[in-house]
Amino acid sequence: RKIIFEKQWFYLDNAIGHIYGTTFEVTSGGNLQPKQEVEDTTTETKEAGTDNRNIVDDGKSQKLTHDDIKALKDKGIKGQEIVQQLIENSTTFRDKTEFAQDKYIKKKKKKYEAVITIVKPSTRILSTMYYAREPGKINHLRYDTLAQMLTLGNIRAGNKMIVMETCAGLVLGAVMERMGGYGSIIQMYPGGGPVRAATSCFGFPKLFFDNLHEFPLSKVDSLLSGTFSTETLPSEPEDNALVEEESNGLTGKKQASLQETEEDTNTETAMEINETEEQETTDIDAENVEFKENKEKENRENVREKKQWERRKKLIEAAALLREKNADGLIVASKFHPTPLLLTLLEFVAPSRPFVVYCLYKEPLLECYTKLRERGGVINLKLSETWLRNYQVLPDRSHPKLTMSGGGGYLLSGITVVLDKGKTDASNLEALKMEEPSSKRCKVQDLHC
Amino acid sequence: MSFVEYGDTIKDGDTAIVFLGHESMFPVKVQHGTVTQTKYGVIRHSTDLIGKKYGSKVTCSKGGWVFILHPTPELWTMNLPHRTQILYSTDISIITMMLELKPGSIVCESGTGSGSLSHALIRTVAPTGHLYTVEFHQQRAEKAKEEFREHGVEHLVTVTNQDVCKNGFGVSNIADAVFLDIPSPWEAIGHAKSALKAEGGRICSFSPCIEQVQRTCLAMEEYGFTEINTLEILLRVYNVRTISLQIPDLGKAAEDNSSTGFDSSNPSNQDSSCTNLQQGTVQFKSGVPLREMVGHTGYLTFATKS
Repeated sequence: RKIIFEKQWFYLDNAIGHIYGTTFEVTSGGNLQPKQEVEDTTTETKEAGTDNRNIVDDGKSQKLTHDDIKALKDKGIKGQEIVQQLIENSTTFRDKTEFAQDKYIKKKKKKYEAVITIVKPSTRILSTMYYAREPGKINHLRYDTLAQMLTLGNIRAGNKMIVMETCAGLVLGAVMERMGGYGSIIQMYPGGGPVRAATSCFGFPKLFFDNLHEFPLSKVDSLLSGTFSTETLPSEPEDNALVEEESNGLTGKKQASLQETEEDTNTETAMEINETEEQETTDIDAENVEFKENKEKENRENVREKKQWERRKKLIEAAALLREKNADGLIVASKFHPTPLLLTLLEFVAPSRPFVVYCLYKEPLLECYTKLRERGGVINLKLSETWLRNYQVLPDRSHPKLTMSGGGGYLLSGITVVLDKGKTDASNLEALKMEEPSSKRCKVQDLHC
Repeated sequence: MSFVEYGDTIKDGDTAIVFLGHESMFPVKVQHGTVTQTKYGVIRHSTDLIGKKYGSKVTCSKGGWVFILHPTPELWTMNLPHRTQILYSTDISIITMMLELKPGSIVCESGTGSGSLSHALIRTVAPTGHLYTVEFHQQRAEKAKEEFREHGVEHLVTVTNQDVCKNGFGVSNIADAVFLDIPSPWEAIGHAKSALKAEGGRICSFSPCIEQVQRTCLAMEEYGFTEINTLEILLRVYNVRTISLQIPDLGKAAEDNSSTGFDSSNPSNQDSSCTNLQQGTVQFKSGVPLREMVGHTGYLTFATKS
């Protein structure tokens, strides 16, 4: 299978059987060769200048032309040798300071020596990668912010968590990793089904999915008011049920093959694979809609009924779990306005449990904060943000990295407490009808808690 | 109660957090017949706490009330008795994620200090993982042991009283991750490497000074660690406030009615939920940074053994 990564293409076959963290070199045929630790070619760089007062940028310091370099490349010469050639043909190289020489070599190596390292997927890797490559898909949730969420939410084995996310399943995956297959997760999803593209990149064992439930957001209201019935369900998410099942099947297969070979996917490529998978499944979905009224119908009827039945069973389970209203926490990270989500979903959470809401913007969380205060039943509300700064640490050249991320979103966190009976209903009504008393109460609460 | 498992009701012997309001809270050891004094009055454990649900409001003798919370590592971090400088949840969270900790992980830590990070590590690696923590100060090591026992997590942690720079972690080839918070971490890198599993693992070192980081990075490189990365994380907390700003009187004529003039020119003013026009002022909600914040805790250096 051909995989494209950073303008290189290669086959993963040769990587099988190596341990994680092995570095490979890409050869011209797209094969991977394990690369050993190479001795740096420091012999050449002994000669160095002290400053750049005599270095003039005339554009002629490199004696090799574009065509020469291309010729070298076409001949299939090792990247390392090309870099060596470039250094030898640079007239100014010897005059540069030692540090500048280092930098020059590093830059050229990056360009000509294509090496890739295959690593095991983890929240660290995947969240860093998603933030760098697909920030839009995860609502610009930076990895340190995700780390805060996991800690503030006290995510651990044995919890019963409610997760509402539209971050491609990355937040769900992070929660699953921290729970290690112990406890249960109920994922609330908008639309026809939960998105778990990133979740499947983690390569979780099948066992982890046994206690993963999902529940449609659009049925939450009826569940709370007690008018929820499963009879109304299958009609609408019918096609999506199929998509979901199929994609689950695919990821299952992938996992199986992973385990068989004891090999692992480069996380980057895993994501690309996944995207194509997503596309495939949506294609199938579209086709399904078209064929629905036609001949395919009969063959599939049985399978579909069975799947629907299974799906409905899972849904009833999820509804039952929610009805107990004793979840150990709530994690929200979505593209939706957080206030209504929180005000409603907190109903399912037991007292003295943490909750965390992520939002890319501060303003919706300000409103959410105010509304939660009016509602009551929460304490220790905290609106926060983290800044992350990376450092270059080298002898005599340590400093913060030149660029840092401008923003990684905001978090609102708190702890649920027992809601005062009687006062609750009254305050809810009052809050709706009269602005004045509720804001006063809010102040009183501010003073007191 | 346990630090690794939620319980519904408060029991004799539990550690609970008394929440007074405004980030003011303290831990209390629940015991029959004991009383706790707060600024709102007395709490009698036998009647006011034991058997009640966590998260309940407890009315004190003077009519004030407090909330009783289930302990978590984060609440503990905010309330524990300091024996040393401690790590706070912001750093702890990034450490946990970057070390790739999860249920089942084996972690080595030194020094134990006040056990702030230890509790968070134990929470994350439970129920099948283990923490090996090394503290060279005997009294602190004893105290930490006692706390772990009280908190129902002693089966998940081994405290060793020795010098990690000289004697290492007391284990070899079993750890998935190593964390160092000691004055001279570079002297412990070799021991860290041998504590880590043969197939590899992650390491993190926490140092307040850049010179320490420098030496640590060199040592890591020397011992063949890869992916060396230094970072710093800062927490910014915002207070949610309603701010009102006065509209300046620019001497507009009375008939002009400056307030309506302003109103029409600023469409967001119509949104009465956050903006309100009253007697020449504009109101809005804002997230105001605290007047003073933590500017630096320490540099975190991560690396991989592979």
